[in-house]
Amino acid sequence: MRIRCPFCGERDANEFAYLGDAEFKRPDPNAPDAAARFFEAVYLRDNPAGPHNELWYHTSGCRSWLRLTRDTLTHEILAVQFARGELKTGSVTAASREPG
Amino acid sequence: MRYSIFSLLRQTLSSHRGWTPAWRDAAPKQGYDVVIVGGGGHGLATAYYLAKVHGITNVAVLEKSWIGSGNAGRNTTIIRSNYLLAGNNPFYEWSMKLWEGLEQDLNYNAMVSQRGVLNLYHSDAQRDAYARRGNAMLMHGVDAELLDAEGVRRMLPFIDFENGRFPVLGGLLQRRGGTARHDAVVWGYARAASDLGVDIIQNCEVTGFLREGERIVGVETSRGTIRADKVGVAVAGSTSRVARMAGLRLPIESHVLQAFVSEAIKPFIDCVVTVGAGHFYISQSDKGGLVFGGDIDGYNSYAQRGNLPTIEHVCEGGMALMPSIGRVRMLRSWGGVMDMTMDGSPIIDRTPLDGLYLNAGWCYGGFKATPASGWCFAHLLARDAPYPVARGYRLDRFASGRLIDENGQGAQPNLH
Repeated sequence: MRIRCPFCGERDANEFAYLGDAEFKRPDPNAPDAAARFFEAVYLRDNPAGPHNELWYHTSGCRSWLRLTRDTLTHEILAVQFARGELKTGSVTAASREPG
Repeated sequence: MRYSIFSLLRQTLSSHRGWTPAWRDAAPKQGYDVVIVGGGGHGLATAYYLAKVHGITNVAVLEKSWIGSGNAGRNTTIIRSNYLLAGNNPFYEWSMKLWEGLEQDLNYNAMVSQRGVLNLYHSDAQRDAYARRGNAMLMHGVDAELLDAEGVRRMLPFIDFENGRFPVLGGLLQRRGGTARHDAVVWGYARAASDLGVDIIQNCEVTGFLREGERIVGVETSRGTIRADKVGVAVAGSTSRVARMAGLRLPIESHVLQAFVSEAIKPFIDCVVTVGAGHFYISQSDKGGLVFGGDIDGYNSYAQRGNLPTIEHVCEGGMALMPSIGRVRMLRSWGGVMDMTMDGSPIIDRTPLDGLYLNAGWCYGGFKATPASGWCFAHLLARDAPYPVARGYRLDRFASGRLIDENGQGAQPNLH
């Protein structure tokens, strides 16, 4: 499995660390049902067989958090973006960082 | 047909033409008392104990492919009960006791071999942790021995004791642990269950659940509708997919675990060895191949195959422990889909829906649990109450905080 990092270009998946489901939203701790919402957010997963949005960290590269859409049935990576959305990198673009 | 030396002699005299199929390949009926979804080791064991212990024989086991085609046929066949926590240890010891009498009980050669399971330690701190685990085992009535380096050297003189980073200082040994023949376990349970009247239905994929209000009253399958008073789900890596058909969201992620076998060599390793420094375990099959494995790949997957970095990582662990295997060629590698729970321990429980029962979350430790998992799930299905040793494996423990966090990794399935 190779991941096309938007900053570093295509790299071996071994350079990345996996966090998991990207749909985690921290619940409002002041909500009246906060305990139930935290239980759902921390423990329950959709765990789809098919496209899965997930967070990877480019540990041995640019150290960016990435948001991937990957098919869990085939390991095909359908989309990659920075987890924070488009990174403001000025003149450094993904294309100019492609390995030769 | 009962298997014995006499039936073998009788068949020998008639040129082995009289053997009959070990179990009945049944067609689905319209309804059953209990339907088990999943024809792996756990599902078949459940059906067997339902029939044998609880007298419930109007049971069907539904398998979408052929029996034992999932994780039951993809594991590294290790059996052991060297657990630390009180929620786990009595369960796995019950499983070990069932393993010890399994072949006589099933009248089937499952090749249960109590060759010993040895966990190596590499530091003083790790020795203390293993001593604690061994003491916990002894207090639960399980056998455990703490070996020093000399004790390990007598068993495994060929391993690298002087590794600069991870010297081998000793090990925790459970002599009653060992291996079993995974396929034979599946076939043995299938045969014994079938003999008691259980229908084993292959190529029958569950596509939905029949609901009446908040009650599950059967399943829709690729071979028609089957009604049931109770439905038990034991589908390992596919648990989330099947549960979603019933509208349930579970504390489970599916991950891929790879396993490996080398070409066959002469007898070399006569026990199961695990390395405490990384995650590597190895044994030698009766055919001669070295059977080994390591960590899960670490990302969600239903692919039943993994990636090369994990293969390299596992083989590095093997080379660090026993450099002598370096020129042995790897024959095959394969992957299985693990239903990883958030605390690393399984679930045997009712679900919020009446009539639907769940046996899941075995992570990568399901094979050794097969007999006790079937025993406890059968008890739950028959009596609507947990069998005592499985009382901790509740579905609601994640909400209540009563986790069984054997590895101390928290709610991170990719770290277990």
